[in-house]
Amino acid sequence: MNSLFGPLDDVAGDAGHVDHPPRVGFFTDTSVCIGCKACEVACKQWNGVPAAEHLDLLGMSHDNTGDLGANAWRHVAFVEQSKPVDLGMPAVDGLRWLMASDVCKHCTHAGCLDVCPTGALFRTEFGSVVVQQDICNGCGYCVSACPYGVIERRPGDGRAQKCTLCYDRLSGGLEPACAKACPTDSIQFGELDELRERAAARVETLHERGETSARLYGDDSRDGVGGNGAFFLLLDEPEVYGLPPDPVVPTRDAVRMWKFVGAAAGAFLAAAVGSFLGRR
Amino acid sequence: MSRRAEPLPPPRPDDHSYYGRPILKPPAWDWRIPAYLFAGGLSGGSTLLSVGADLTGRGRLRRRARFTAVAGLGASMYFLVSDLGKPLRFHHMLRVAKPTSPMSVGTWILSAYSPGIGLAAAAEVLPARWRLTRLLRRVARPASLSSAALAPALAGYTAVLLSQTAVPAWNTAHPYLPFVFTGSAAASSGGVAMALVPPAEAGPARAFAAVGAAAELVASRVLEHRVGMVAEAYTTGRAHTLRRWSEYLTAGGLAGTLLGRRSRVAAVVAGLALAAGSVLQRFGVFEAGVASTRDPRYVVTPQRERLAAAEVPTPR
Repeated sequence: MNSLFGPLDDVAGDAGHVDHPPRVGFFTDTSVCIGCKACEVACKQWNGVPAAEHLDLLGMSHDNTGDLGANAWRHVAFVEQSKPVDLGMPAVDGLRWLMASDVCKHCTHAGCLDVCPTGALFRTEFGSVVVQQDICNGCGYCVSACPYGVIERRPGDGRAQKCTLCYDRLSGGLEPACAKACPTDSIQFGELDELRERAAARVETLHERGETSARLYGDDSRDGVGGNGAFFLLLDEPEVYGLPPDPVVPTRDAVRMWKFVGAAAGAFLAAAVGSFLGRR
Repeated sequence: MSRRAEPLPPPRPDDHSYYGRPILKPPAWDWRIPAYLFAGGLSGGSTLLSVGADLTGRGRLRRRARFTAVAGLGASMYFLVSDLGKPLRFHHMLRVAKPTSPMSVGTWILSAYSPGIGLAAAAEVLPARWRLTRLLRRVARPASLSSAALAPALAGYTAVLLSQTAVPAWNTAHPYLPFVFTGSAAASSGGVAMALVPPAEAGPARAFAAVGAAAELVASRVLEHRVGMVAEAYTTGRAHTLRRWSEYLTAGGLAGTLLGRRSRVAAVVAGLALAAGSVLQRFGVFEAGVASTRDPRYVVTPQRERLAAAEVPTPR
């Protein structure tokens, strides 16, 4: 039985890979994101992700994508706040503009992968989580099992879709398209251990420069999903960016849940037997 | 940069969400999934009644409960397969057996459950002169017993199917949903059997229905009181309307079951009320889950409370 919760040093090994490459992922440093959406475009181009069904301009900010989904594997959030900031990032009229490129977190304990009943979702040798499109039958279970609201069934296609961490590019020794296209290195791709060190140093630098709201999100292997393969440096609370503050993989409580079902099923059977006993 | 900003038009991002937009995706499933929850529960309960009737010599109850069980099973299969994004790939479910996936576990429960009750129902309808029918009649009892062994799991596993998700209303309700669902399954299968079988032979069905209805009513209320702020998803909007009507129908059906024991008309009305109450219960729970994914409060508030509680050092 694979590990279901808590820190896990070797995710690919836990999934049965031997002689696998080190775990890779993204460190998205939102403090240098300029909201250019090159990542969204590069991702769509490389992965053949279709445009949204309707040209759906939200009209609430410069974010016209809205959220991650079947047709948006990278999503740049634009948060407008009346807070001054001095990081050399765009600020207009005392308005703080937070931009953040969101992506699948490639969780250490991935709810989507755990509940997939066909084995379409699998853990790659790089530690990422990928849907095999020739296997997925579109049951939709992964959609509800993701605590981040990332994976989605594509209308018209019927199968679950999400970021693959550019599995095909990784296999060819290339970095993912979004990281390649990012002009400010807000999206950094690399070995996870190294990214974590780099991120910790960056937070320290920002704190020294007075930006005390800088914090990492998804880097802690003791969190509810065992840490993310794609983690972030944020300048505000996660929920401000549309991220859950304390996500937990639903599988954590699976054994407990089955115990309740066992009790209820036992009562159900006892009620049926009791209904026939003592009658003629 | 010193000039004050002009007020921007709403909506503005606030401190608790990203423009009030959902964090989670709504379930990919439509009405067919709550319909399956009902049909699967009805089938499981009816199988237990058919086996009990078979072992205690109640021919009509046995025969009609077998038919109900198979009808519920057929409906379940239809709802499950047609709700897939790629229905022709339904058999991909059978390429793995994954204990971490309640849907995989459920697929195997359903696969193991189906043949027995299918054979038992076939034995009831095929012409008696066929040699096959004589064979089927001999195996009907052990066959339906094999299904009965899995019937409680079939009626109960759907609670984990919903709860092992990030959907706040379903996940938080995991201690209570199994009892709501098995109670609902007993109420509906007992109710349908009461409606189909003369009162003199329907005693066990009445008892099963009454116990199930009472369990469903109690578990459903307990759920609303124990799930914290997520209770709002159950007690407001469409989910609330569906579950209140479920409660009225189930309570009315329970009263009719207990009071109208000798009347066939009362049995039919009460039985159908219990079945309808069960349908509305499943749709109500489903809707509560959908509503809880649409409002980010259901995600943020409980998670913030959890974080705050973890930060307070425990007094020694």
